[in-house]
Amino acid sequence: MASGLAALAALAPLRELERFTSMDEFLQKHYKELSPDEMSKVLARIEDEVEQAYGQRPHVRDLKPMNGVEFVYALNLTRCVGCRKCVHACVAENNQSRTPEIQYIRVIKMPNGTFDLERGDHSYEPETVPEKGFYYMPVQCHQCRNPPCVRVCPVQATWQEPDGITVIDYNWCIGCRYCEAACPYWARRFNFTKPSLPKEQLNPNMAYLGNRPRKQGVVEKCHFCLQRTRAGRYPACLEVCPTGSRKFGNILDPQSEVAYILKNKRVFILKEEVGTLPRFFYYFDV
Amino acid sequence: MKGFLVFLGRSARLAFHGDWRYYLWIGCLLALCFVGLNAYARQFVHGLIVTGMTDQVSWGVYISNFTFLVGVAAAAVMLVIPVYIYKNEELHDLVIFGELLAIAAILMCLAFVTVDLGRPDRFWHLIPGIGKFNWPVSMLSWDVIVLNGYLILNLHICGYLLYCRYQNKKPSNWLYLPFVFLGILWAISIHTVTAFLYVGLGGRPFWNSAIVGPRFIASAFTSGPALIILALQIIRRVTEYPVANRALFTLRRVIQVAMLINVFLLLNEVFKEFYTGNLHVASAKYLYFGLHGKASLVPWIWTAVALNLTAMVILVLPLSQSLKWLDLACVFAIVGIWIEKGMGLVVPGFVPSPLGEVVEYTPTLNETFICLGIWAFGLLCYTIFLRMAVPILQGRLHADVAVEVNYRQKIEKPAFTHARH
Repeated sequence: MASGLAALAALAPLRELERFTSMDEFLQKHYKELSPDEMSKVLARIEDEVEQAYGQRPHVRDLKPMNGVEFVYALNLTRCVGCRKCVHACVAENNQSRTPEIQYIRVIKMPNGTFDLERGDHSYEPETVPEKGFYYMPVQCHQCRNPPCVRVCPVQATWQEPDGITVIDYNWCIGCRYCEAACPYWARRFNFTKPSLPKEQLNPNMAYLGNRPRKQGVVEKCHFCLQRTRAGRYPACLEVCPTGSRKFGNILDPQSEVAYILKNKRVFILKEEVGTLPRFFYYFDV
Repeated sequence: MKGFLVFLGRSARLAFHGDWRYYLWIGCLLALCFVGLNAYARQFVHGLIVTGMTDQVSWGVYISNFTFLVGVAAAAVMLVIPVYIYKNEELHDLVIFGELLAIAAILMCLAFVTVDLGRPDRFWHLIPGIGKFNWPVSMLSWDVIVLNGYLILNLHICGYLLYCRYQNKKPSNWLYLPFVFLGILWAISIHTVTAFLYVGLGGRPFWNSAIVGPRFIASAFTSGPALIILALQIIRRVTEYPVANRALFTLRRVIQVAMLINVFLLLNEVFKEFYTGNLHVASAKYLYFGLHGKASLVPWIWTAVALNLTAMVILVLPLSQSLKWLDLACVFAIVGIWIEKGMGLVVPGFVPSPLGEVVEYTPTLNETFICLGIWAFGLLCYTIFLRMAVPILQGRLHADVAVEVNYRQKIEKPAFTHARH
C-alpha cells in the first residue's frame, strides 16, 4: 500500500508529459509496409500534427526516388572559404530544432599541410574567413554505398534508397543511437529533447523521409534535401554556397557535372580506408 | 499446473515475510528503486538531455553498466561447468545461487538498455514477428535474442530444479540437463555478442579490435565468480544455508586464472596501441593519459589498473587462502573491472569523435539516480529470489507440508528439523 503510493509519487514528473505520442502514431507500421492508402492517412495526420503545433498547414509528401538516378555530392576544397552559410541554410531548410540547435553540416578549419582531423578546429569564430594558412572541410552525411549505420540498426528504421540516399523513418526509430556510434563521419544527430522551432521559421514544404519536424528521442541526419532533390531542385547547402564549392548531381548521367569531376579532378575520399564507399567526394582545382 | 501455481503463490508469499532486518533491507532497496523511477520519469518527459550524453559521446553509464552486467550474468557458468562437466559436488547445490544471480543481472541489463532508449514506447519494433527485427545483420538484434534467451533458459533451469525440490521429486535429467549444457554455450555467447556490438564498428578503432571479445570473457570470468564468492558468504551468514569453504576456494581458482589472463590480454592491448603509435592510439591516450588537456577518465582508469593488479597479486599469493584476503581481492577485482569494462571501455570509444573533436562525458545526477535505482532493483530481485529459494532448498517449503512460518522468529533459521523425506 505504502509502496504503491511511493511509486505513484515517484512517477509524478509524468504529469508534464504532453503530446508525446498518439495511438495512431504508436501503432503506425514501418514505412515500407504502409499501403498507399495508409500512407496518405499518415501524411494527413502529420499535417494535422504540424498545423496544431506550428499554426501553419504544411504540405507533406512521400517523395519516391526517381528511376535512373543516383545522387552524388562533390565538394571543392580549394574553393571552400569556411563561411558556414551551408550550415545555416541547411538548418532553415530542414526544420531542425533551434534550441538546442541541430546541424547536419560540420565545417572543420584545418591547418594547411595535414589531413589529421584531430588538428582541426570546429569552433572557429574569426571576423572574416578565410584565414591564411588554413583550409576548410565541411562534413555531412556521406550517403555511403556500404553504410554501417544501416547495418547496425536493430529495427531497420534506416535504409539506403535506390537513388543512394540513406533515409530514416522518424516514426520507427527507437532512439538506441547505435547508428551514431557506427558512423565514421559523425553525420547523425539525436534529438536529446523535444525539438523547438519558432513557428515563423517553419519550412512548410516537407517530405516524410526528409525535413518534416522530428520528435524527441529519434535520430536524424542529412538526406541530400530529398524534399528538393527528388523534385528536381538542388540541395539548400549548394544553392547558398557563395563560392560554388558544392556540386551535386546524378552520377548515372555521364553528362552531369559530378560525373565530369569524378573523371577529371583530383578526388579525395575522407576515411577511404573504413570501406564505407561514400557518395560524397572532396576534390581540388587543378 | 495447479500445483505449480500453488508453488509460485507460496514462494511469492514468502517474499513478503521476514524479520526486521529483512524488511529494513527490502525497504531501503525499494526506496532507492523509487528514487530511480522518479529520475526515469523525469528523463522520460524531458528526454535524454537530462543525461550527460551528447552527439559526440552518445552512450554513457547506462551502456557501461549494461556491458559489465552481461559479464556478471555470463559468469554463472563458472559454477555450472565444474558441476556438470567436472562433477565437482561441492558446488552442486550452489549452482542455483549462481543462476539466480544471472537472472537478476539479465533483468538489470534489460533495464539499462531500456532507459537508454530515446523512444521506449516503440520497444515493440524490436519484437520479432510484429516489429521489424534487423536480424541477422544488426549485432543489437543478436543481443536482444541471446539476452532474452539466456533469461528464459535460466528461469527454466532454476524454476524446474526448485519445483522438483519442493515436490521432493528427483529432477528428470531430460528436462534440465540439455538446457544446462545449452546454457553454458549461451553464456559465452551473450558476452561475445555484446563484445561484437563494439568490435563490429569499423569507424571506432578503439573498439574495432579482435582482442575485445576475449578480454570481455576473461574479465567476466573474474568479476562474476568474485561476485558469487561474496554473495555466497552473505547467504550463509544471513540464512545459515551451509556453504562449504571448499566451494569458495574452488571459485578462487577460477578467478585466479581468469584474472591472470585478463591482465595478460590487457598488456597485449596496451602494447599494440602504444608501441605502434599510429593515429588510432588517440582513444587509448585519452583514456590513460588524457588528450588535448582533457583527462576526466585518467584517475578512473589508473584506479582500475591498480585495483586489478592488486587483486591479481593477492589472488596468486597463498594469502588469498584466507577468506578475508580473498574477499578483499574480490572487491578489488569487481570494482576494477566495473570501471574498466564500463566507462573505461564505452567512453573512450567516442573520444576523440570521428571528426577529431575531444568532448568529455560526465554522468549527471539524474543519470546516476537511474543507475542506482536499477542496481537496487537488481539486488531486490536477487534478495527475493534467495528468500524463495533457500527455504525450498532446505526442505522447509515443500508440497506435502503446509508450512507455517513463525514470522516473529528469525525466519531464516530452519523452522522444523524434519526436512526431506
